[in-house]
Amino acid sequence: MAKKQSSNGKSRPKRTHPSGDERYTVIDRTMKRFKYEKDALVEVLHATQETFGFLSEDLLIYISSNLRVPLSQVYGVATFYHLFTFEPLGKHNCIICTGTACHVKGSAEIVSALSQRFDVKVGSTTDDGLFSLSTARCLGSCGIAPVVVLDGGILGKVMAEAMVKTIDEILLEEGEIQSTGEASP
Amino acid sequence: MNEKLTALREKEIARQAEVECRIFCCTSTACLSSGSSETLNVLESGVKAQNYQHHEAEVVQIGCMGLCSKGPLVRVETKGKPEDIYGSIDGELALQILAKHLPRSNQSKGESAKEQDDKPAQLREKIAAARKKRGLIRNAINPDLPFYAKQTKIVLSESGLLNPESLPDYLAHDGYTALDKVLNEMTPEQVCNEILASGLRGRGGAGFPTGQKWHFARNEVSDIKYVIVNGDEGDPGAYMDRTIMEYNPHRVLEGMMIAAYAIGASAGFAYIRGEYPIAVDRMRRAIRDARRQGILGKSVMGTEMSFNADVRIGAGAFVCGEETALIQSIEGKRGMPRMRPPYPSQSGLWSKPTVINNVETLASIPPIIQRGADWFASIGTEKSKGTKVFALTGQLTNAGLIEVPMGISLREIVYDIGGDVPGDAEFKAAQTGGPSGGCIPASHLDTPVDYENLNELGSIMGSGGLVITDSTTSMPEFARFFMDFCVDESCGKCVPCRVGTVQIRALLDKLLEGRGEAGDLERLEEICRVVSTTSLCGLGQSAPNPVLSTLRFFREEYEALLPS
Repeated sequence: MAKKQSSNGKSRPKRTHPSGDERYTVIDRTMKRFKYEKDALVEVLHATQETFGFLSEDLLIYISSNLRVPLSQVYGVATFYHLFTFEPLGKHNCIICTGTACHVKGSAEIVSALSQRFDVKVGSTTDDGLFSLSTARCLGSCGIAPVVVLDGGILGKVMAEAMVKTIDEILLEEGEIQSTGEASP
Repeated sequence: MNEKLTALREKEIARQAEVECRIFCCTSTACLSSGSSETLNVLESGVKAQNYQHHEAEVVQIGCMGLCSKGPLVRVETKGKPEDIYGSIDGELALQILAKHLPRSNQSKGESAKEQDDKPAQLREKIAAARKKRGLIRNAINPDLPFYAKQTKIVLSESGLLNPESLPDYLAHDGYTALDKVLNEMTPEQVCNEILASGLRGRGGAGFPTGQKWHFARNEVSDIKYVIVNGDEGDPGAYMDRTIMEYNPHRVLEGMMIAAYAIGASAGFAYIRGEYPIAVDRMRRAIRDARRQGILGKSVMGTEMSFNADVRIGAGAFVCGEETALIQSIEGKRGMPRMRPPYPSQSGLWSKPTVINNVETLASIPPIIQRGADWFASIGTEKSKGTKVFALTGQLTNAGLIEVPMGISLREIVYDIGGDVPGDAEFKAAQTGGPSGGCIPASHLDTPVDYENLNELGSIMGSGGLVITDSTTSMPEFARFFMDFCVDESCGKCVPCRVGTVQIRALLDKLLEGRGEAGDLERLEEICRVVSTTSLCGLGQSAPNPVLSTLRFFREEYEALLPS
């Protein structure tokens, strides 16, 4: 089936997703690039997450029906890999590296300091959707351990206290501190 | 080498030879995180603002220079003078570098330029002001430092010398001459024999002779064969492969193409960790540039060989570093290992003969072809030839990326290159091989580092992570840290690994929470033994190593957790 589609992929009428969401064209383009081969599943999931930020059930169904891969298999593959997430991230996102070098340099302290201060568990988002905290297994910047990725930028040689302060300031700046501030003593 | 490439190469060599002063700024991940994008920006706009001619000064982006803990690093090459290396260069110090190493700005030319933009003028003033400042000398790094002097660079030989995003620059550093040599002067069999004779062993961890692997794949009869670059470097505390791809992606590509020629492959993939965006970017760019210049494609450098390469991005599964799991992942499935045999060299990607080599292994290939197997075999120990790149991190003064000859002692690595443990704390253990490796105590610091010796100590060479811990680290706690990792990363296919690692962690938890009982250590050892002997793949088989090796060398710390 997939093979057949690939041969006449070009002649298919250009269509947008019924929802009118333009972002679906990114998924379409990726699938087309791989000629709708089932093997492209991981690449398509990557492109989807990059575009949408996370993989919703609708997106998985969309990929499943277009690649002709059973939904169970799409779900199985997506949940196997750590990089794929199924919930939207908070407005501000903090990833703490817990690789060996960072561990030796005290990354566990940073994790507990942040999760206490902002009352959020690792791998989840605050109730108000403002701040997500997660950990990573080595970001490969071990020379400047411990490392934290805050809103996409890598910070090296991080101290727990300074990190709490930085994030406090970011949230304060946006006038967002009220909701998280109550949680702390 | 065909005329087009030779012309490109000679033009670049001539161009570089003309430049009076070349300033190299590290833009690998570690330095970028220390702020090298600002340094680079100041250097580039400063050179531009001073209106130098092309032959007077240029700023070059380079990959890793090794001493990551002192980033951002800048190297200055002035005609007829010894090189200068500076560490921890921020925007302010970058101005001082410009002031010190470059001639006074070409003011007259600047003023005659049609626009009198404010910014360049301000920048010129700042640089002029920086001439009076002192302090840069404190950031100078002596190139004869033991950190550099004790290293032997083969894989990292062009470290700090070339722009990873420029194909002409690679050609100017003898790039693709090894590929040219094998295409025109050697048969595939000769290539395999040469690599076998060099004694090169897989740098991904297991240490299988690379030449032998190639022979197996070459002997298979198939319409299509594949080469895969294994860049799924999942070991926490290791970043050799990522740095190699970031600093010299063309070298990896060249090694991959030599492997392809040797086994008769027509397509290849570079499988790179999703956490390494810069490496992905630079490999993609290298492939694109090589294709444009006819190095990749239907007729490789004008010969009959046809080869195409593409990048595949991993999605964060440690087990995908295992070759059969990696293949599953490229095929778009869950990355779970399968039984071997058949080995990938017989039945790999899409059931075709496939050679999977680690990034560092492939980066070692071009120098071996250029300088000969005998030269490579003369470095290292009897069974482990050549050099190994280590990511030397943890509690050390000089953390970073190093390349040392096999057989060097751990003591030299820790004390001479690493510059000892900072502060009052003392060296306690060197952890090698990541979650599959073990901890080596101070009493074994004089062990020569090679595959066999590390195995004997209950650790492994692994991909090259070398994390130094000091007396503040509790070993049972450290073992639990690794077991946490293995529990998380077990793919769940086989029972010993899926269940065993959870049980080991539960026992460690019990001990660390002060609920230990007599007989727990024996139970721990027994479970470890079962997991290591009965698991399906390397991840499971080596998962108990951190526990077993710390039990062996730091048993008293475990015993202290038991009720007396």
